[in-house]
Amino acid sequence: MDIRAQVSMVFHLDKCIGCHTCSVACKNIWTDRKGAEYQWWNNVETKPGTGYPGKWEDQEIYKGGWVRDAKGRIRLKGAGKSKGLFNIFHNPNFPTVEDYYEPFTYNYLNLIEAPPGDDQPTARPISMITGEPIDVKMGPNWDDDLGGSADYARNDPNLAELTPAEQEAMFQLERMAFFYLPRICNHCLNPACVASCPSGAIYKRGEDGIVLINQKVCRAWRMCVTACPYKKTYYNWHTGKSEKCILCYPRMEAGYAPACMHSCVGRIRYIGVLLYDADRIEAVASADEKDLIDRQLDILMNPFDDAVIASAKANGIPDSTIKAAQNSPAYKFIKEWGMALPLHPEFRTLPMLWYVPPLLPVMASVMPTDGAQKGKLNEMAKTWTDNWLYDTSTDELWGTVEQTRFPLKYLASLFSAGNTAPVSDRLKKLMAVRIYRRWKTVGDIPESKMAQALRDTGLTQEAAEGIFYLTALAKFNDRFVIPAAHREQAMEMLEFTGDVKGNSGFGFREKAERGM
Amino acid sequence: MNMPNSLLFVGLPYAAMLLFLVGTIQRYRSRGFKVSSLSSQFLEGKSLFWGTVPFHWGILVVFFGHLTAFLIPRTILAWNGDPLRLFILQVTAFSFGLSILVGLSALLYRRLTNVRVRMVTNRMDLILELLLLVQVVLGLWIALGYRWGSSWFASDLSPYLMSLFAGDPNIVAVSAMPLPIKFHVIGAWLLVGIFPFTRLVHVMVAPLHYIARPYQVVMWNWDRKAIRDPRTPWTKTRPRNN
Ligand code: SF4
Ligand code: SF4
Repeated sequence: MDIRAQVSMVFHLDKCIGCHTCSVACKNIWTDRKGAEYQWWNNVETKPGTGYPGKWEDQEIYKGGWVRDAKGRIRLKGAGKSKGLFNIFHNPNFPTVEDYYEPFTYNYLNLIEAPPGDDQPTARPISMITGEPIDVKMGPNWDDDLGGSADYARNDPNLAELTPAEQEAMFQLERMAFFYLPRICNHCLNPACVASCPSGAIYKRGEDGIVLINQKVCRAWRMCVTACPYKKTYYNWHTGKSEKCILCYPRMEAGYAPACMHSCVGRIRYIGVLLYDADRIEAVASADEKDLIDRQLDILMNPFDDAVIASAKANGIPDSTIKAAQNSPAYKFIKEWGMALPLHPEFRTLPMLWYVPPLLPVMASVMPTDGAQKGKLNEMAKTWTDNWLYDTSTDELWGTVEQTRFPLKYLASLFSAGNTAPVSDRLKKLMAVRIYRRWKTVGDIPESKMAQALRDTGLTQEAAEGIFYLTALAKFNDRFVIPAAHREQAMEMLEFTGDVKGNSGFGFREKAERGM
Repeated sequence: MNMPNSLLFVGLPYAAMLLFLVGTIQRYRSRGFKVSSLSSQFLEGKSLFWGTVPFHWGILVVFFGHLTAFLIPRTILAWNGDPLRLFILQVTAFSFGLSILVGLSALLYRRLTNVRVRMVTNRMDLILELLLLVQVVLGLWIALGYRWGSSWFASDLSPYLMSLFAGDPNIVAVSAMPLPIKFHVIGAWLLVGIFPFTRLVHVMVAPLHYIARPYQVVMWNWDRKAIRDPRTPWTKTRPRNN
C-alpha cells in the first residue's frame, strides 16, 4: 500500500443551471492572455451536444486516452514513446484552431471614430490572432442550450450507443431534454497527458494530486493535447507552451476553493481529499471495461482505517490532510454513498472529477394520465387542460428510472462506458432520497414505501439525510473541505527557504564557495 | 594562404564555434523558457505536414551523413571502394537532399503566405529558412556537378575539419575547392554561428530521455524519505519543485 492524497471534485449535475459563472471566473483569472484566448480550462457543455472542442469524446478523431491491447496491457492511443517520438515533427492527431474557434474581439473604436456617412458605423469582429476582420463561425458556448439542434445535439458522439429509433425518440419535441455538463481537468490518477509528454514537463503532485505542466520544461512537442482524452490541455500558440487547469493551486495551498468552485452559482461543486493506493493504479487502469468504475472505487481507501492512516503518514501526508480526508464531501458522495460516476471511464485515465448524474431530465416524463394524479395537485399547478402530465409520480417506484425520456443508455455512454447498471443505481439513489424527504416533509408517501425505496438502494435514513443535507443545504465549508498546505510548506513550493537562511543578521552578500 | 581564405575558413569557423558555445549556453541559462521551436501546427496543420516531415527526415539523414563522413572518413572511403555501393550512397543522400528542398520550400511558402503563421514568425525564422534553402540548393548542385562528394568530402574536407578541431588549421584543400563548395562550407559555418539565435536550439532539447523514463511522473514537494532521515540535515534536502 502506497497512500497518496488527492483533492477530488464532485459535480452534482442536477443542480447546474448552465450559467457559465465558473468559466468566466476561470477565464478572468488565468486565461485572459494572448495565446490563451481560446482556452477554456473550465467549460460548460450542453448535452446532448458536441462539446468543446467539437466532438472531443470521439477518440476515433482525436486519438486520446489509453487503450487496452490483447495482452491486457494499456498503451496510449495516439501518443507514447514510439508514436510520440516518431510523430514529433508533425503530430497527425493534433487539433488545430478550427477544431476550437478563432478567438475574436470587435473593432469597437470604429463606433466612435468612423467618418460621417449614411450608414450606422459597425463594430466588425476582428481575429485576435491576425488582427484581420473575420466571419465568426464558432465561438465560446456556441452550442449553448441547443439541446435538440441538428448541428450539435445530433452529432453528439454518445448517440452512437443508441438505436436510430431511440435517437429519434430523444429528439421528439415533447420529449426533448438537455442538461449541462461543466468540465475541468480531471486531475486523473493515470493521466495520459503526463505519460505522453516527451520532455517530462507534466507531473502529478503527490501531496494533492494536482496535475501541472512545468512551463519552463515544456518544449512545444504538443503530445499532451492529443493524449488527453478530455482535451483539457491546450496549446498556447503565442508562448509555444501547453497549458491546463491548475486547480487554482495557489488558492488551494492557502485553503481557498478554486475560483470556478467558489463562484459556482448552483453550488453544484464539492471538493475534498481522497486517499488512494498508488500501488494499484496501473492494474486498475488495465481492468476490464465493465469493472473500471468498481476497481477505481476500490483504490479509494477508507480514511478511518489505521493501516491507511499509517501508510499515509509514512508518505509524509500531514495530519491535517488526513483529517480533511475523514471529513471529505467527495469521499461521501463517491465512496460512502456511491452516488457519483467518473466521466468516460473507458478512457482509462482514472479521472478524479466525479459527477452525480442528472436525475431530472431522466425522471420527468410527459405521459397521458387518467387525471387522478392531477387531482392531487395544488390548484396553482393545474395549468393543463388535457390529461398529459409532467409526471414525477412515485406510484411505481423505479419504473420511471427505467423508461425515461432521456435514455439511460445515453447517460451510460457518458458516465459508465455504456453499462446502464451503475447509472440506474445512482439515479435510484437520488430518487430514494427524494422519496424519503417527501415522506418526511409532505407525508403523502407511506412509510413502508419510503423504507422499501431506501432498502432497494442500500441507503439508510441517516445516509439519505446526509445526502439531502450535502445536496440542498450544504454551507461553504461543508462543500469545500480543503486542507491548506502548511504555511511553511506552501512557501517552500515556490522557493527554498534554506537559501536565505542566515541572510538576515550576520550573513554574507556573496556565497562563500569557491570554484565554478 | 591569402587573406580572404584564411578569414573564411579559419576565422569564421572559430568565431562560429565560439558563438555557438557561448551563445547556446547563455541562451539556455538566461532564456531557458524560450529554448524550443515555436510550433505553429495549432494555427495551420495540413500544409505543415508536407513541409515539416520531408524536411526533418531529410535533414536528419543528410546531417548525420555529413557527420559520419567527418568522423569516420576511412570507413566511408572503404565503403565507396565498390562503385555500386558508392552509387547507392550518393543516390540515397541526394534523395534525402531533395526531400529537404521540397520540405523547406513548402515551409517557407507556408510561412510567407499563411496569415496566421506569419503572426508567429520572426526575422530570425526567415533568415534561417533562407540560409538553409541556399545551403540545400548548393548541396544539391554540388552533388550533381561535382560527383562523388562522399568520397572527396571524406578524403579532402574531413582532414580540413579535423585540423580545425586540432587547433592547427590546414586550409589548402578547401581553398582549392570550386566556388559552390566554398559557399556551402561558408554557409555551414554561418549556420553554426547563428544557431543560438534561432529556433534551431530545439535540437539541444530533443526529448530522447523520454525513452528511458517511466510513463507516470509524480512529484512530491519534499523528498519524503530524506526528510525523515536524521542523517540528512534539513538544509541539504531541497524541495523538489525548486
Ligand atoms: S483530464 Fe487530461 S489534462 Fe487532466 S489530468 Fe487527465 S489526462 Fe491530464
Ligand atoms: S457556475 Fe456552477 S451552476 Fe453555473 S454553469 Fe458553472 S457549474 Fe453550472
